Formats: sequence, structure tokens, C-alpha cells
Amino acid sequence: METIAPPTLNYLNNGHSLSSWLLTRDHKRIALLYLASITAFFFLGGFFALMIRLELLTPAADLVEPDTYNKLFTMHGVVMVFFFLIPSIPAVLGNFLIPIMIGAKDLAFPRINLLSWYIYVLGGLFTVVAAISGGVDTGWTFYAPYSTSASNSHVILAGVGIFITGFSSILTGLNFIVTVHRMRAPGLTWFRLPLFVWAHYATSLIMILGTPVIAITVLLVAVERGLHLGIFDPALGGDPILFQHLFWFYSHPAVYIMILPAMGVISELIQCFARKNIFGYAFVAFSSLAIAIIGFLVWGHHLFVSGQSTYAGLVFSIISMFVAIPSAVKVFNWTATLYKGSVSWDSPMLYAFGFIGLFTIGGLTGLFLATLGMDIHMHDTYFIIAHFHYVMVGGAIFGYLGGMHYWWPKITGRMYPEGWAKFACLNIFVGFNLTFFPQFVVGYLGMPRRYAMYAPEFQVYNVLSTAGATILGIGYLIPMVYFAWSLKNAPLAGPNPWGARGLEWEIPSPPPTENFATTPIVTHGTHQYAPSHEVGIV
Amino acid sequence: MFTNFPFFPQQASEQAAQIDALYFFLLAVTGFFAVLVAVLVVVFAIKFRRKHDQEVGYPIHGSLALELLWTFIPLGITMVMFVWGAQVFFHMTRAPKNAMDIYIVGKQWMWKAQHMDGAREINELHVPIGRPVRLIMGSEDVIHSFFIPDFRVKADVVPGRYNHMWFTATQPGRFHIFCTQYCGTKHSAMIGWVTAMTPADYQTWLSGGSTGGSMSEAGAKLFTDLACVTCHMDNAQGRGPVLKGLYGKQVLVNNNQTVTFDDAYIRESILTPQAKVVAGFQPIMPTFQGLVTEEQLLQLIAYVKSLSDGSAQGVTAPATQAPSGQAGTPPEIKK
Repeated sequence: METIAPPTLNYLNNGHSLSSWLLTRDHKRIALLYLASITAFFFLGGFFALMIRLELLTPAADLVEPDTYNKLFTMHGVVMVFFFLIPSIPAVLGNFLIPIMIGAKDLAFPRINLLSWYIYVLGGLFTVVAAISGGVDTGWTFYAPYSTSASNSHVILAGVGIFITGFSSILTGLNFIVTVHRMRAPGLTWFRLPLFVWAHYATSLIMILGTPVIAITVLLVAVERGLHLGIFDPALGGDPILFQHLFWFYSHPAVYIMILPAMGVISELIQCFARKNIFGYAFVAFSSLAIAIIGFLVWGHHLFVSGQSTYAGLVFSIISMFVAIPSAVKVFNWTATLYKGSVSWDSPMLYAFGFIGLFTIGGLTGLFLATLGMDIHMHDTYFIIAHFHYVMVGGAIFGYLGGMHYWWPKITGRMYPEGWAKFACLNIFVGFNLTFFPQFVVGYLGMPRRYAMYAPEFQVYNVLSTAGATILGIGYLIPMVYFAWSLKNAPLAGPNPWGARGLEWEIPSPPPTENFATTPIVTHGTHQYAPSHEVGIV
Repeated sequence: MFTNFPFFPQQASEQAAQIDALYFFLLAVTGFFAVLVAVLVVVFAIKFRRKHDQEVGYPIHGSLALELLWTFIPLGITMVMFVWGAQVFFHMTRAPKNAMDIYIVGKQWMWKAQHMDGAREINELHVPIGRPVRLIMGSEDVIHSFFIPDFRVKADVVPGRYNHMWFTATQPGRFHIFCTQYCGTKHSAMIGWVTAMTPADYQTWLSGGSTGGSMSEAGAKLFTDLACVTCHMDNAQGRGPVLKGLYGKQVLVNNNQTVTFDDAYIRESILTPQAKVVAGFQPIMPTFQGLVTEEQLLQLIAYVKSLSDGSAQGVTAPATQAPSGQAGTPPEIKK
């Protein structure tokens, strides 16, 4: 291992004034701005979740009024989806790592990168104002005509927040695509790219193609609500099913915006901590693209009980089956990568193990919902809630936390206490399963989602869920504490604490502002550990 | 406090058994793969655990044969799921011809049911067992969804259109109705009960229930009160088409399209009469939007429908065909 002393000048101490942060064009500093803001939103969304779980401890609506409960689950969904999950990995880890992983000094458009953060914050402010001034009660799905004609809450304000934030997503996606096309170091061919970059490339395609549609959709909701132009409400001559088509045309691919970057993280973690290159590189890389493309053609599986035509249902069902295949291919390839590896059990790898298990359950339960006859019973029950939390939390958040632990030494130059990290990971894994597994059962029993009050026979599963959520909440707080503690107190990490192979591990930790003193020349792919291969920079 | 941990809802309809069979198949297949992956990960993580700090993995780059294997085997399995699910779905979306119709109207936050003979109920639905029942459902305001977990059936109730679902109850009892499409403040209070009864008890219940005449009788009265009858006359002298015998037929409309003269078309013609005018007639009918309620619309539809099923006064008698072999079990709850 090389020298452990941190570089005297790095991106963190290169300027200490507030303006050096707020006007920075350094992708690494912008990543940290995003980290601070999405963490704030994560705990805001987590607070809403806590209130939801406490209310559901008993069948009656006794902790909060049903109206308040409806606003809580709406704000939980809006905040977690639009302000945490969608930006989480791309805007923090992607922003920080993509330029470094491809041997570039920054993203293609550093100013647009900063702009995208300001747009995100502005959209977030609208949403926070909507929450403080009384909240929204439509559910994060904003179904019309409830949202346009019936709801008495701040629909337009929250809609404007989502509309604005969408542009931040579009600009980030655009920046990544141009950067990956134009700024790769000499020798870094497409098939030598880290799989993290492939996953973000596929994600960026969805961001720029899908996000405009959600912007149009919320705009139409605002137009109908504000101007009474008939678009979705049949009383005004509109079609409520049209809303669902438009909404899910974005919001189903949005699920892949959340999970694909996490899959990219897991590919990196598995290779590093098994000290082995990925099994079936091309299949893992192309499965990301396949998910991004096929994912655009499955939105109708959210409409199986809406009255959509039977034949449309058939088409959407079979395409939804197809989109499961690339996900399965990834899981099998990750598993095969472990075979004859040198597997360490460091905390980032524990998150990767957890991801494989939980994402597999999340993905397989998706097959139940893609199966036409089955979905009729399960639609809008807690089975759905459990399914997408296995994908969103067990998948996306496990990927995010695994990535944060893996790259924390690179981002801050410090290690974190490994024992605590393992404990927190176990805590989160147990808490998560206790929260969401009972929801599969209570969902099949027939408990509908978005119920402030429920039938007494469902209570036992709700008590288990609330107990699990408490453990899960504590599990989320522990890393906050030791990450903050590590900034000043933990041992220095050095450039490559994991013995990983990849361009980001060949520069100092924390990296200098310009990343590379000289542009690296790449001669082979990342994560080549076997002795026959040399280190990546010649 | 918690005496039982139920894992499955009751199987109280013919559909329930079909859905549960599919569910067990899906559980078995996905359970197998989940366990397979979990076991492989755990075994590899232990067996290939790093032995010393300098150890590296053995460089394996992949295997086309394996990739094809784990692409096409899952693909084949998901196709089985697709076909099986589609079969069940087709069965669930096509009500048998002899199904008994009941009209449902959802509104914030209650369920209103109207039986063909005129009996009405709120947040309750009485049905006979052993006989297919088709629900024709509309909404007065926002989208709702009608869900009976013990029957495994559900359909959205969407304003501006009629969605259908059907089931055959198999055992007497009381079963939950839940609204499953979020509809506002009291969404979770938009619940009710299905009471499934033996056919004999159902007949007793029906005869004790209604006083205001059948749905089509109510519709006939509306047809006169709203002056529909002044244009839609019994003979071809009227300014509107003769409605007798039209239901279920194909009619030619003004832009040379043909449409089926069904519930949706009747509804559209009452609310937006200019949308599809029957060929040969002037677009002079005024809209009745705002003048008739959802329930009255259903009564008008029931009346127009009755003009085509041969009964002279256009009044449908409630079907009284009783399935054989039903023991006279008393229902749990008496009306």
C-alpha cells in the first residue's frame, strides 16, 4: 500500500468559504451538496414513515386523523421517490465517481451540474412549503380526478415541486451521457467501462426520455385543477384512465432510475470484495440497457384492474415478464462471480449480500403482479407495498448504503468503525425484513394500502411491521453517527484501503480538485485482480 | 390478544380456488429460486472466504452456455406464469351469459347497490350462492375500487364509464368489501359486507326488501318524467330512434361507424348526445348531464335494456332459477 498521508491540497480543503461550496463547479463538491440535501429529505421522509407505522399499530385511527394520515403517506411517497431515491445514487455517488472512473477531470458541463443542484433545491423548497402549509393528500400517484377535482390540499404546490425537480434529473442525465461519450480517458473503450458507469448510462437514458412525461402530466393536473379544462375528469369531458397511462409511462421506468444505479454499485462491490472480475461482463452491462429499454413498455401493468382492454393487459403482462429476465441475469452473474473468489466480509460486501437476497425477493414478487389473474387480487393491497419496498429499500437503499461505505474512504479520506458498520448493516437487514415481510401476508389476506383504519384481524401483522420499522429506524441512525464521527476521528484511509482495482483507487483520498495530475491511459477493464494483469495506469 | 395468524383469506368463491392454485404455483417457483440464490450466495461466501490478505480470486470471465441457460430457463418459466395468469384473467373478465346483474355505484364514501328487482342497499350486498353474479359498476365522483378479498375479485369503479366484474359465491357467510383505490378522507371507511345466502334465503330477502318496484320500472317512470318518451316513441314517428329491440345490436352512427348499443353507449347518449348520433337522425337531443344521477342513469339503462328482452311492459322479473343441490342453510345475518 502506498503512502497513508493525505494529499496536502485536495478538493475538500481547496477553499473554505461558503461561496467556494455554493458556487463550486467541482463535481465532487456538488456531490456533497447533494449528499447533504438528500440526507435531509431522507430523514424527513423517514419521519413520515415513522408516523405512518405508529398510526397503524392499532386498527382505529387514533394517533392521527384520517386526513392527516392521508397526507403522511402522500408526503412519505413524494419525498422518498422524487427527493431521495431518484437523486440518491446518481447525484451523489454518480456525480462523484463517474468523472474519476473514466479518467476525466470533471463532468462535461460543470455549470449545468451545479444548476441541477439548485433546481433540485428549488423543487424541494416548493414541496417542503406544500408540506408545512397543510400538506397534500392525493397519494404520490396524484390519480385524477381526485387530484384535479376532489382534493382540498396543496396539489398544485407539490406538483410544481415535482415539475421543477424533474429538470434537475434531466440535466444530470444529459450531463452523464455526454460525459461518458466524450470524456473517457485514452484506452477506456466501452467494454472496459466500470459496470457502475454502464448502469448510470442506462439510468440517464431513462431520465432524459421519461422525466419530460411526468412534467407534462403534473402540468396537465395543474391546468385541470386551476383552469377547469377537461383533461382527466369525465365531468369536464376528460378521461381518468389517460392520467394513469401518462403517470406510469414515467413512473414505472422511474423504478429503474432508482434500482439500476444500485445494481451498478453492487457490481463494483462484488468484484472488489471477491477480488475477481465480474462473471459475464457483457451480459451484466447489456442487461442494464435491456432493463432501461424494456422498462418503457410495461407501464400498463399498473392498470390491470382499471378497465384497460383485456388485450392491452395481455401485452403488458408478457412484456413485464420479459423485463424480469435481465434482472435475473444480473443476479445469477453476481452469484457466479463469488464462485472461486476471495470473498471478504467487509461491511460494504454485507450490504451487497443483503441486496442480492432482498432484491431477489422484490423481483420475484414482481412476477406475481405481472401475472394477470394474480394481480387482480393483489392490486392495491399491502402485497404491492411489500414488493416495492423490497425493491426500493432492500434494493436501492442497500445499494446506496453499500456504496457509501465502500467509497466513504475515497470521499473523505477516512475509514469508519467497521464493527459498528457491520452491526448497523445487520440491524437494517433484520429491521427491514421484520417491517416488510409481514406485509406480503397481510396483503394476500386483503388489507388495502392507504388505509388509516383497518379490520382487526390484520393487526398482528401491523404490530410486527411497526416493531420492525423501529429497529430499521435505529439502523439508519447508527451510520449517521459514525460517519459524522469519522470525519475528524477515524484513521486515514490511504488511496486504496480495499485493495481494489479501478481508476478511482489510483488517486489520493480525498482526491485533488483536478482528480488526475496527468490523464491516465487505460489498457484493460477494471477489477482485474489475478496476477497476470497489471494495474490500470501505465 | 392475537389468537391466530391467518395466512390465507377464506376461499368463498369459485374464483378463489383458481387464484389460490396460481398463487401456490408462483410461491413454489419463486420460493425455489429465492432459496437457490440465497444458498449459493451463503455457500460461496463461506467456502471462498478470503484466507489471507494477499489472496485474489480465480479469473473466470464468463460462460456463454451458462448465460443462455439462465436466460432461457427463467424465460420459459415466466411464459408459463403468463399463460396461466392470462387464462385465469380471461375467465375472470368474461361473465357467463346467465349471470345475474347487480348495479353498484361508488361515491365518497359509500357503496350503493341496486338489484334488478329494485331492492337497494348501502355498504351491503346480498347475493345468492352457486349462481354467477355480475356487478356493473359506476362512480359518482372519483375512482374507487370494489374488492372482495375472500372472493379474490376486484375492479376499479371509474367515473364516466362502467366496469364489470363477476363471481360465483360458494358458501354462505359475511365477507369484507374494501375500497382499494384511494379516494380521499374516508377511503378506509368505504367498506362494507357481502352477505352470501342460499338461493331460497336470497329470495326471501329480496321479497322483504323492495317497495319501489324494479329497476326497469323506475327507469320507465323516469323515461316518462324526463320526457324521453316524446321523441323515443314506440313507432318510427318520433324524432329519435325507436329503442325497442336495439340493446346488444350494432347500430350505424352519423360518421359511418358502427357501435354496439350497450350500457356504455346508452350512458354516453344520455350525457353527451351529440357524440354518436344514430344515422338518419338530427343531433337535436339535449344533454341530461347534471339532471340525472348515476343511479337514475342505471335505471334508465335497465329500462332500455328491458325493451329488448321480450317482456311486454319492458319489466324484467328477477330471475328465479335456483341451482340444484343447495341445502337450506340459514344465512348468518338476517335482513
